[in-house]
Amino acid sequence: MVLLTMMAVLTAAIVVQRNLFAVVVFASIYSFLMATVLVALDAVDVAMTEASVGAGMSTVLLLGALYLTRGDEVKPLRRPLVPLVVAIVIGAALVSGTLGLPAFSDPQAPIHIHVVPRYLAESLRETGVPNVVTSVLASYRGYDTLGETIVVFTAGAGVIALLRRRRREDPRR
Amino acid sequence: MNVAGHYSYWVTIFLMVAGLYIVIARGNLVKKLIGLGIFQTSVYLLYIAPGKLIGGTAPVLADSFKIYSNPLPHVLILTAIVVGVATLALGLALVVRIREAYDSIEEDEILEKDRGEEDPR
Repeated sequence: MVLLTMMAVLTAAIVVQRNLFAVVVFASIYSFLMATVLVALDAVDVAMTEASVGAGMSTVLLLGALYLTRGDEVKPLRRPLVPLVVAIVIGAALVSGTLGLPAFSDPQAPIHIHVVPRYLAESLRETGVPNVVTSVLASYRGYDTLGETIVVFTAGAGVIALLRRRRREDPRR
Repeated sequence: MNVAGHYSYWVTIFLMVAGLYIVIARGNLVKKLIGLGIFQTSVYLLYIAPGKLIGGTAPVLADSFKIYSNPLPHVLILTAIVVGVATLALGLALVVRIREAYDSIEEDEILEKDRGEEDPR
């Protein structure tokens, strides 16, 4: 709960801060906090991925982009009111929606009584892997991972296509 | 309804709305992408937080534990994180190209230049 409050405060800092370098550093701290929250929520595999990919790789990518674009200060807002109203209205609608959701850590919530008991009971016998996350990722939902790989491949191809053209036009780099 | 039982949902929604606000309100393209990232990470919380069981442990099977947290959201979010960083890389590459074409990463300056080019015709 304390960690979640820290994340909320940090997000407010990201919204207010106008120096882009500071925003990138805040975003990195935010990712590490998120990884800590995920450990507290028992999602150790996700936390490891978030710490390495979210806090590590994303920060490197953002800093690289900042270097290439030489952006530093964000200009002050002209019409801050309209987006604020939109955000508050959507937030209020979502909060009223949560009132019907099961409370935190309710063992009778639908998420805990559907499909998952079978994974927990059978996956060790069926796949031989004690880590249920691994066995679900690689065996039961292997096609998800295939789709993910296709998305990452497409994104990588897109990045290469975009940045390569730049190099041909501008021989200095 | 009790406050402690729904607190994680509300922080999730705050993060989501803050990300949305950055995407709509800020004109700087890099800042917009960071806002999009915050929006994305709020979705991780939305999935993972309901999967936690107090008194449970991480879903690695062992004889000494009986209660495990829900592994299915973990799998889905692992995929989401990796896809998230791929889209971030693609977005930043686009921003670098835009900066080279327009010499700016501020949205209003880019729109102004577009209008300036169309007017003489």
